[in-house]
Amino acid sequence: MNKITTVNIPVLTRIEGETALHVQISDGKIQSLELRIYEPPRFFEKLLVGRGVQELLDIVARICGLCPVAYQMSAVQAIENIVGIKPSAWVRNMRRLFYCGEWLQNHSLHIHMLALPDFLGYASAIDMAKDYGDEVRRGLRLQKLGNDLIKILGARSVHPVGTLVGGFSHAPPKREVKDLLAHLYQGLDDAEQLLRWLAKLELPEQSQKFVCVSLSHSSEYPMNEGKIVSDEGLDIEIDQFDAHFAEHQVSYSNALKCLLHGKSYLLGPLARVNCNFSLLPSNVKQLVKELGFQFPIKNMFYSIIARAIESMLCFSEAIRILECYDYPESAFSLYETQAGIGYGCTEAPRGLLWHRFELDKNGLIQSARIVPPTSQNQARIEEDLHDSLTQLGLDKPENELRKYSEVLIRNYDPCISCSTHFLDMRVSRK
Amino acid sequence: MDVAEKPKMAVHKFTSCDGCQLAFLNAGEALLELSELVDIVHFAEAGPFDFSAKVDIAFVEGSISTPEEQERIRKIRENSRYIVTIGACATAGGIQALRNFIDHQQWLSSVYARPDYIKTLSTSSAISKNVKVDLELWGCPVNTHQVFHAVRMLLFDVRPAIKRDSVCMECKRRGHVCVLVAKKQPCMGPVTQTGCGALCPGVGRACYACYGPKENINTASLGRWFEGIGLTPDEIARQFLHINNQTEDFQKAGQYFKGIKIRSDQSGEQ
Repeated sequence: MNKITTVNIPVLTRIEGETALHVQISDGKIQSLELRIYEPPRFFEKLLVGRGVQELLDIVARICGLCPVAYQMSAVQAIENIVGIKPSAWVRNMRRLFYCGEWLQNHSLHIHMLALPDFLGYASAIDMAKDYGDEVRRGLRLQKLGNDLIKILGARSVHPVGTLVGGFSHAPPKREVKDLLAHLYQGLDDAEQLLRWLAKLELPEQSQKFVCVSLSHSSEYPMNEGKIVSDEGLDIEIDQFDAHFAEHQVSYSNALKCLLHGKSYLLGPLARVNCNFSLLPSNVKQLVKELGFQFPIKNMFYSIIARAIESMLCFSEAIRILECYDYPESAFSLYETQAGIGYGCTEAPRGLLWHRFELDKNGLIQSARIVPPTSQNQARIEEDLHDSLTQLGLDKPENELRKYSEVLIRNYDPCISCSTHFLDMRVSRK
Repeated sequence: MDVAEKPKMAVHKFTSCDGCQLAFLNAGEALLELSELVDIVHFAEAGPFDFSAKVDIAFVEGSISTPEEQERIRKIRENSRYIVTIGACATAGGIQALRNFIDHQQWLSSVYARPDYIKTLSTSSAISKNVKVDLELWGCPVNTHQVFHAVRMLLFDVRPAIKRDSVCMECKRRGHVCVLVAKKQPCMGPVTQTGCGALCPGVGRACYACYGPKENINTASLGRWFEGIGLTPDEIARQFLHINNQTEDFQKAGQYFKGIKIRSDQSGEQ
């Protein structure tokens, strides 16, 4: 019997990406599985050509409304590599603070609005708030503090305006820092309560083999700089990216798929915690151990735990940085334009964000390459779906297969503008 | 509207960075209050999905850049009492509309090995170029105040009054030091509409016009100012051909300054 069943299930909600899934099943096996990212291309790499460096920083922010700080931080690093300036200690600290804000805002949004409704059985955070009012409100507070951290340097949290090559356009006055700091102590406490609460969730137990990739820094949990490492021994400078990673186009997706030595790999919070657990602040490590988590963990459902762990990290770091805040003589250093090629790589909330720019002698962009986290996670998501759906049982009703796939994909928090908002999942059965 | 039933609201996404939807998602408790006032029937990122529901207010983020999007916006128009665009993409085509100035096929083939796999239009256009729009909220991104103000007003069937005076005026009201005069930075504040709260001059840098052109602007005069502080015609053109490059005033100004040849006596920085 060659009966073909095709099911159209429109929409994976609560993810950030116009994404469809097409699974073809016959003879009890998955014959093909394609994650289709439909986000219309916007050609940023082309429209940057001929622009100056400040325009670059303002334009790359527009690639992603959720992680504009990440785009600005990778870009500014690449340009500073070309013009040969090293940011001052004050600037370095403030950029870390800036990034803490973005991780916090993203992680809290993902935990509460996108992921938790799955685990607690609701359609949305708004529905969930009827029964879990305090928890949702705590989540909104955490998200707000993330936004506040970005705003203190960038004036607004979406497409912030303070980033300059060499530093920031202004330094926050001490009085503002003091006010914010008072809220951060409460935030750290809230983040701790969040982690304790999430630890009680019954997460599906499964284990898969996959490679974790992240930045690595000798003395701190990686955000703004480091080498690219994996838990299988990769250890390279960021300008060696192309020698190990390769992007290629597939017919069914608008995002380029990226592979490491021809294989898929995982980026993002779980990969970062797995690769850098020892560098977490001691208060965070202690709580993680107390709650009984043993990293590395190769179960993507624990990415929600990794996000909560990193949320605590962000508060600890922000408090550490702001407790010894000094108003600087200058919030930025000056530089001379020069021609050259520069690389930038930082840890966006969803993982490695790699940039390469070429400047001419007038300081105009000659060429641009940007490799966002979601295209790097694409192959890993497909593999996970393949293995997990097979484990679940391919003879299960389509509805169940779809629901399970949606939850799995949400674990990766696929990024908004590297994709849009649609899981149009089609299962074809022969 | 039926008094017994809450008004229905939708948030739709087209070609964009998703940043304007965050005006809702970053609203904190106000988001929960909003869900008391209106029935949010479609907002894919937040969960509710009923794409073809009849609604009272449809917020639209993003520009139209694919054939599928052209179809989809027409259906949304049929199903919506008010369409409100949020942000530079939906209101003016967005930064990605810079593609409208160039050879689309050539770009496509330089980014993708197989351009035939990609289905896009050669232009990125504002929602109002495709269907009738009832209200346009400017900004890249719009902020929470703008969208919640619009909801409140529309619920009373009142057309929200949107200030169209300049960032420059807002800056004076707030008492910021003028970055154009004092720091000689190319500030777009004099030609840009207010709404952001004069954020850029507030942190000591030049405005880059993410809220679009104000009413009755004098772009030529500002361009000459920029010339006076040492910008080349190409640099001046790029100031206008930026986030809101498809607006008529900015496009005209950009093309005008692009066409000026650099005179030998002003080629370098002063």
